[in-house]
Amino acid sequence: MMQDLVVDLVFIGYALAVLLLFGTVLTWVERKQAAVMSDRIGANRAYVRIPFTQVKLVWWGLFHGLADGLKMMLKEDFRPNAYDRFAYAIAPWVVFTPVLLVFSVIPFGGTLVPGKLAPALAGWFGDRAYPMQIARIDAGLLVVFAFGGLTIIGAMLAGWSSYNKFSLLGALRAGSQMISYELIMGLTVLGLILIYGTVDLNAMVQQQSGVVLGFLPAWGFFLQPFAATLFLTAAIAENKRIPFDLPEAESELIAGYFTEYSAMKMGLFMFAEFIEIAIIAALFTTLFLGGYNLPFMNDDGFVLPGGHAVPLGHTVVVVLQLVVFLVKVLIMSSFQILVRWTLPRFRWDQLLGFAWRFMFPLALINVAVTAVVVWALQNR
Amino acid sequence: MKPYRRKQYWNEPTMSLWEKAYLPEIVRGLAITSWVFLRNMGRWMSFRKGALTTYYPEETRFDYAPRNRGKHILTQRPDGRPQCIACNMCATVCPAKVIEIEAAFDPDDPAHPKYPSRFEIDYSRCIFCGLCVEACPEDAIRMVKEVPDLPSHDREHMWLSLDELLNWNPQSDVAKPYPPKGGATTVRRTA
Repeated sequence: MMQDLVVDLVFIGYALAVLLLFGTVLTWVERKQAAVMSDRIGANRAYVRIPFTQVKLVWWGLFHGLADGLKMMLKEDFRPNAYDRFAYAIAPWVVFTPVLLVFSVIPFGGTLVPGKLAPALAGWFGDRAYPMQIARIDAGLLVVFAFGGLTIIGAMLAGWSSYNKFSLLGALRAGSQMISYELIMGLTVLGLILIYGTVDLNAMVQQQSGVVLGFLPAWGFFLQPFAATLFLTAAIAENKRIPFDLPEAESELIAGYFTEYSAMKMGLFMFAEFIEIAIIAALFTTLFLGGYNLPFMNDDGFVLPGGHAVPLGHTVVVVLQLVVFLVKVLIMSSFQILVRWTLPRFRWDQLLGFAWRFMFPLALINVAVTAVVVWALQNR
Repeated sequence: MKPYRRKQYWNEPTMSLWEKAYLPEIVRGLAITSWVFLRNMGRWMSFRKGALTTYYPEETRFDYAPRNRGKHILTQRPDGRPQCIACNMCATVCPAKVIEIEAAFDPDDPAHPKYPSRFEIDYSRCIFCGLCVEACPEDAIRMVKEVPDLPSHDREHMWLSLDELLNWNPQSDVAKPYPPKGGATTVRRTA
């Protein structure tokens, strides 16, 4: 249908815009937050001059991300002498593309009924309803893990094809680290799947708009606090950021698996890392923080714990949900950056020990306890 | 082969059980950094400055130590001309060879017929050792705590000329007033 195509294109455009915007802005947020955390001022010089005027838009240095991107584009694309030409060229894209694809199953808003937005649209759209999600499939969480696992291949390809000892070591570290932590991510989410009984992310979000214990919002965070902590830790490790940035530890491996990359190829690795911050934040929001909804909110308005309902108009709900999702993602990204600028790097054996000896048993216990509790509640 | 045993040091750091539990200390660290972040953000949001550093070229520090040797000044005679007699001793002693002086003849002042028509210091190479101040027989060059306005895109702009060296508001420097108190030590010969 023509209407479906238009709506899907709008969703895809929105998702791409949000991701690329987060990718560029987070580079600035990271620097600025680090500066504020350490009593400094931070990046504040890059500006955009409005053409033919002397008006310079500085905006607290918000355009540093653009300046960085431009620098990456204009730099010499220096390539090492001996490498696997094809694997070397394809590796940044193998890292970058799956990161973008993960967002296709994450719902960034509730159900959109275009006919209710404006009278002009009502005639064409009728009462069609679209969940605000690019790929409306019920295997959402599996798709997330499938695409999340692909980035390992990119890191390994980059390391092997660079023909460099440091790249190879970085790739080996990246491989073992990411596979270990991927496992823990899967295990922590298993508890949620047991509780919600589905892997459809949109259904998960809708189930989180209820109430538990009479007053708490039924967020995954309150149902599975251990799983939430473990998931966030494993996700940061999956993204290879400090304190888990062993694959690219500067003091040991120069830049790890992308040592031999330069210009925009290297920029793609960095860009993928920053977009993945936003993706992890979006996933965490969707799984544990009630997704695009405020507490006690659903597609029709608020249902407060006492049973008191506050209905809202459709346009208000849609705008509120889009904004709430973005704000939650921004807060979670900011938290990841806080972690990155607080904790020192692990030692390599500590890193794998932490995964297999500490987090893995905890995740298993969490799953076991959740299974028992869910079984007990169902057979009451 | 002996198994590897880590050396024990006399000041080996010890951790309590609470610290070995690892997670509480992580939370404590995050609390510290997020507190600093929120405090500084609160200052920025309420239009105060939430940083210890400065916007350097626009904003220079006012709290340099009194003994900081930031830049040179040339002292002036009461009529505003430089006290320098262009003897070139500072330029000779300068280890970085940054001082350039061109002497000229002044027939109007027979007591000091030689004066600098050009006196320039290359701050891109100056090491701020203060030897020029010690070498000066006339107390004509001194160092003050302020720093020159140095940042620029090329080295040509890092030279300070005679005008800038003289233009320093002599009243504010009261360490050694001119003329010196306690009688006239300068001999003014009449023509």
